[in-house]
Amino acid sequence: MAKKNKTKAKKKTIRPIKVTPPTAAQADSLALLKQLSEAVAVSGDEGAVRKIIRDAVTNLADEVNVDAMGNLFAIKHAASPRAPRVLVTAHIDEIGFMIVGEGKDGLYSFEAVGGIDDRILLGKPLWVGADKINGVIGFKPIHLVKPNERSTVVKIDALKVDVGANRSVKAGDRATFATPFVDLGFTVRGKALDDRAGCAVLVEILRGKYPVELIAAFTVQEEVGLRGAKVAGYTAEPDAAIVIDCTPANDLPSQDDEVENSHYNTKLGHGPAIYSFDRGTVSDKRLIKHLASTAESKRISYQHRQPGGGGTDAGAIHLTRGGVPSVSVSVPGRYLHSPAALVSKDDFYNTAKLVRAALENWSPKVLKR
Amino acid sequence: MKLNHVSRIPYHEVNMKPLIKKLVESYGPSGHEEQIREIIRSEIKGLADYVTIDPLGNLIAVYKKKAKSGKKVMLAAHMDEIGLIVSHIDSKGFASFVPVGGVRPLTCIGGRVRFANDVVGVIGVHERRDSNGVPTLDDLFIDTGAASPDTSPIKVGDAAGFFRPLEEIGDRLVAKSMDDRISCAVMIEVMRQLKRTPHEVQFVFTVQEEIGTRGATTSAFGLDPEVAFSIDVTATGDTPKGPRMEVALGNGAAIKVRDSGMISDPRLVTLLEQRASEAKVKSQREVLPGGSTDARAIQVVRAGVPSGCVSIPCRYVHSPSEMVDMRDVNAAVSLLVQTLEKPIDL
Repeated sequence: MAKKNKTKAKKKTIRPIKVTPPTAAQADSLALLKQLSEAVAVSGDEGAVRKIIRDAVTNLADEVNVDAMGNLFAIKHAASPRAPRVLVTAHIDEIGFMIVGEGKDGLYSFEAVGGIDDRILLGKPLWVGADKINGVIGFKPIHLVKPNERSTVVKIDALKVDVGANRSVKAGDRATFATPFVDLGFTVRGKALDDRAGCAVLVEILRGKYPVELIAAFTVQEEVGLRGAKVAGYTAEPDAAIVIDCTPANDLPSQDDEVENSHYNTKLGHGPAIYSFDRGTVSDKRLIKHLASTAESKRISYQHRQPGGGGTDAGAIHLTRGGVPSVSVSVPGRYLHSPAALVSKDDFYNTAKLVRAALENWSPKVLKR
Repeated sequence: MKLNHVSRIPYHEVNMKPLIKKLVESYGPSGHEEQIREIIRSEIKGLADYVTIDPLGNLIAVYKKKAKSGKKVMLAAHMDEIGLIVSHIDSKGFASFVPVGGVRPLTCIGGRVRFANDVVGVIGVHERRDSNGVPTLDDLFIDTGAASPDTSPIKVGDAAGFFRPLEEIGDRLVAKSMDDRISCAVMIEVMRQLKRTPHEVQFVFTVQEEIGTRGATTSAFGLDPEVAFSIDVTATGDTPKGPRMEVALGNGAAIKVRDSGMISDPRLVTLLEQRASEAKVKSQREVLPGGSTDARAIQVVRAGVPSGCVSIPCRYVHSPSEMVDMRDVNAAVSLLVQTLEKPIDL
């Protein structure tokens, strides 16, 4: 059946998007995602999220333990002692800020933890510290800003957090964007969906039964250099690794009519995105093939992430010890590393569905050369 | 089953050219080394005690240790070449791409690339571009003659290497991927010529060197050698207004003192120079201002490995016309055979 020619000028009718009601498992997964998104766990201080996940997985795994870095492992043993060992990871830390010190004016200077665009900082509400004290990144209001000042980007070291003279804030406290999680029907909106979406997917995966020794690792400090993953890969000594992250969907149309958007990375709503080549890792082709053919045969929507920059925990894991064949699968997200990211609920559910199916039909044939 | 050479062939009579031609003209960008690996695997058939492929795809051939005083020696030459990966195919069938390894825009324009399925493309450039002067990789595209994404013979994610046949110019050979197929050829020739050695020699044809010496990192961990040498190309200082280097084509096998990624173990530099002088093999010292090799990764694996490098001087590195001198290539083979046949005492 031929596709209609999309370049013909036509009155565009907006297709109503059908939102099918979630299954009970999906509703639980979404509730967990909300809890995880609203918790605060900036790189290096992941305790709050680790606790939520630990409570969620205790009854799902045979063994649960925490290592020296704070990585949380949940292991489901295989029936056979010679079963392949598969490491599946998601990172529990989020980008955020760290309070550097108090100024004479009672405001606090701060630094970024992980990659944050300086342009999205002015005026953003923050939660500061373990008690989620409300604050805001102060800036000069538009009434008082000279025209030439408006064209320069204010660097982070010139900004301050105003917590309204709350004296309990101190240097070393972490802070994040103060974003409550909201269900928008087709999508959800929240902070830290990179990679709480991956964490919720990994918890969902732990509900299944698999013919492999499944080592689920909820890693720390991904955003500051894949540090937890390096250690987790060394400890797990897996035969293969699947990393679940959240990757940009930069898929809105280009503003230039002559030029297509050729740098979309992934597209929202087009399914979990399988990586082939990013800055840190060449995904193992056998694992790409296994995921793609599983998706095709089980009719799970999926897409291939554009090759290019970026990286995931796989960058560290695949180089541990004698090498680990690895692949990343991510939930696409718009506006990542900002106060409010958007993730498609279908993509979120389908990522879990795809990785579960890939683990369920795992066999020694997967890694055969 | 070992091949039965009656006597070792003197280095100046070795004809490596057919092997070199086969290797440099093969396909194998970083992460996509299956084709070149198969070619090398069949070239080394019967030479080693065992051959294996490790988790990341490195090809490893081992001559097992004979003498108690022998060492576990790892040699590394990388099979991968630089290339491009298709990132998008536009509505008219033109492909944008991202680089695999150090690809410079100026070496691409008007050049040809070849994909794993043998499709050939031409690299074009945006004529109306914003940047003044040197184009960036974003100003380039691949033209395979396709008119639309649906009829394109290539798809997003497909990888290509440069496509250019080998040429002989006197003593010199010119081809794409001399980096580092010339060293793979050297290593294969060493395997053929090495008759007796006290050492366990681990010949590793590594993957993914061009994107961060990744294969070397993991293969060295797995093999746990006591000494390591990489074999790679190095730049020369002998072209007009070239880099400030002493290394020149025709002056022999280059013994690396340092590059931008590592400092060779001085004892290995001394050892290589000694072996070269004993066997009257021409050699030159190499100080490379920019660039590195697999040895830099191997040196810091586990508790560390004394590491050095034997380099093949090469002009126009990372272009489709890399030029080496056969006298240097033959010298490198002889130097390595000499070094492996004798003790390595550090």
